[in-house]
Amino acid sequence: MSNQLENFCRQTAQEKDLMLMTHVVCGYPSFDDNWRMLELMDENGADIVELQFPFSEPSADGPLFVQANQAAVDAGVTVQDCLDFMKKASERFSFKILMMGYLNTAWKMGYEKFTDALVDAGASGFILPDLPVEECKDLHALSETKGLAPIMLMTPTTPTERLHKIAATAKGLIYVVARKGVTGTKTQMSTELEDFLARCKEATDLPLAVGFGVSCKEDTDFLKGKADMAIVGTASLRAWLNGGEQELGTFLKNLK
Amino acid sequence: MNLFDYEDGREGYFGEYGGCFIPEILYSTVTELKDCFNDAKKDPKFWQEFVELMHNYSGRPTPVTYLKNLSEHLGGAQIYVKREDLNHTGSHKINNVMGQGLLCKRLGKERIIAETGAGQHGFATATMSARMGFDCKIYMGAVDVARQRPNVFWMENLGAKVIAVTDGQQTLKDAINECMRDWVSNMEDTHYALGTACGPHPFPEIVSYFQSIVGKEAREQLLANGAKLPDKVFACVGGGSNAMGIFQGFLDDENVELIGVEAGGHGPGLGKHAARIAYPDATTGIAQGYKTKYLQNSDGNMLDTHSVSAGLDYIGVSPILAHLADVGRVRFDAATDVEVTETLKLLMTIEGLIPALESTHAFVSAIKEAKTMNKDQVVLVNQSGRGDKDIFTVAEALDDTKWKTFIKERANLYV
Ligand SMILES: Cc1ncc(COP(=O)(O)O)c(C=O)c1O
Repeated sequence: MSNQLENFCRQTAQEKDLMLMTHVVCGYPSFDDNWRMLELMDENGADIVELQFPFSEPSADGPLFVQANQAAVDAGVTVQDCLDFMKKASERFSFKILMMGYLNTAWKMGYEKFTDALVDAGASGFILPDLPVEECKDLHALSETKGLAPIMLMTPTTPTERLHKIAATAKGLIYVVARKGVTGTKTQMSTELEDFLARCKEATDLPLAVGFGVSCKEDTDFLKGKADMAIVGTASLRAWLNGGEQELGTFLKNLK
Repeated sequence: MNLFDYEDGREGYFGEYGGCFIPEILYSTVTELKDCFNDAKKDPKFWQEFVELMHNYSGRPTPVTYLKNLSEHLGGAQIYVKREDLNHTGSHKINNVMGQGLLCKRLGKERIIAETGAGQHGFATATMSARMGFDCKIYMGAVDVARQRPNVFWMENLGAKVIAVTDGQQTLKDAINECMRDWVSNMEDTHYALGTACGPHPFPEIVSYFQSIVGKEAREQLLANGAKLPDKVFACVGGGSNAMGIFQGFLDDENVELIGVEAGGHGPGLGKHAARIAYPDATTGIAQGYKTKYLQNSDGNMLDTHSVSAGLDYIGVSPILAHLADVGRVRFDAATDVEVTETLKLLMTIEGLIPALESTHAFVSAIKEAKTMNKDQVVLVNQSGRGDKDIFTVAEALDDTKWKTFIKERANLYV
């Protein structure tokens, strides 16, 4: 069955040389701030937005997102708050929305309830970086019946054989991790990345979205023609924290 | 009982617990470690090399001491103690660390990172790194750095770099997160020497493998001493490495009861303790790379924990022990901060033993139960570490005025 998110990406790809995915940590600095960020992302052509559900142990995130997760958890942001916000956003904006977070959020809710809640809130899928391909069967099977895209990650250290295994269970698009490390530090766009993208393309026909350290126009220019989508996370939060809506607006405009 | 003979498709699982929930980027590194460990395990010379190293460098075998005074005082079971406190660096942590050092050499890596709570694992890792020539970085929660300064002092002087982690609760769990972040960035040349029987597969197995030397020795020593097999074996449980170490010596002896003692902190109640199994507050979750019982809220976010002992102050527990509790092979109990201080005072004055605050938890339950047992019964306690490192915490708990005066006078020397 071809997936709704995949169809959306394929259509959009015909109009754009590089699509854009952005990221918001729910409740950080506040849901009001998040809303204004989403408006700016919408105005500046974001095609997909990841809404990160804060988790107390964000071990795959870099310092800025760790701080954001922690502040949101400390401020009492709940999973229900995130779902409510997601629903409001999916009704208002035309970009697609993905839940991003850690597996325990889904596990603790129960996979059935989690997938129902995402559908109800208007999400197109989810990204759970600590859900490896060996463990994804149950959650992916449920997602399939509900039309949600479980986004899988491919990384430069993933053996080729395993890229195929990942491709076989992925839907919607592939999250291509540009380098080792955590989110938020600068990535040197290089021929190494190009080679890796070529390996990914051999393993899958799904659209490729490249993230981790994508932070400026130079990066997005590099990705044009090599990938389908750029994922900009930490850099946009940093812009917001540095200079609020003005800075974030300028930052997003300059990416194009 | 072979815990590590995994069923098809259930590698790294112990009942419903365990597994390997790591970011994809680490897959190759963890596979490399698993292969290296499996090769080493098959090589009979490897275990021999490990044992010789421990004899030569850490003073193994550590003795089993009969506590005549305490046994007579209580009037119940005969109490024996496995003396892991007599290891170099003062705790059982060195067993796992030296073993992982040997693995690191086999992997051809030059850099070691480790988390530490009480600082004992960090201290042992810094020592091993100095001896084996690795570059060493230790992550430690800022709260733990503050309560375990003596260990930080030694780590730094042994040449390790100690990073105080200021995220989250600033304790052991946050140090583990920070290690994962370092590892995903530097895995080519770096081995993560996880310090307890937790974390993603194969860590629970690797750590249990090296710690099994404790139980193997203890069983032989008791029998050689003319004592019978113990009726009960007690060990404190933070992540579960010293408990797994001693329990493995007796897993197949059905009549030997195994009791894990967790940190009861201020007693039952969410956020007041670190008892994941003895108290009913924990639920199954997936975090820090593995599935186990976690002290978490209904959204799956981890709760604050509390214990007087940094080494037991942790949200999760070894998946192996969670499973052994489920199947009824290990029973769990908790000891509160207050009970621990009282028991420490008793042990010091009646036997001249100074167990670590962590280990004292095991004694609390052992003493309670020994009293109600017969004189011909035998209790074995794992004294996982020595209490010198806790002198600041203990002096404070005992409200020792002479110590306070001493500290003030010393402080005056530095103004
Ligand atoms: C002396 C001592 N005992 C016990 C522990 C708890 O760890 P585990 O449960 O892995 O033995 C620690 C941890 O730091 C320790 O230092």
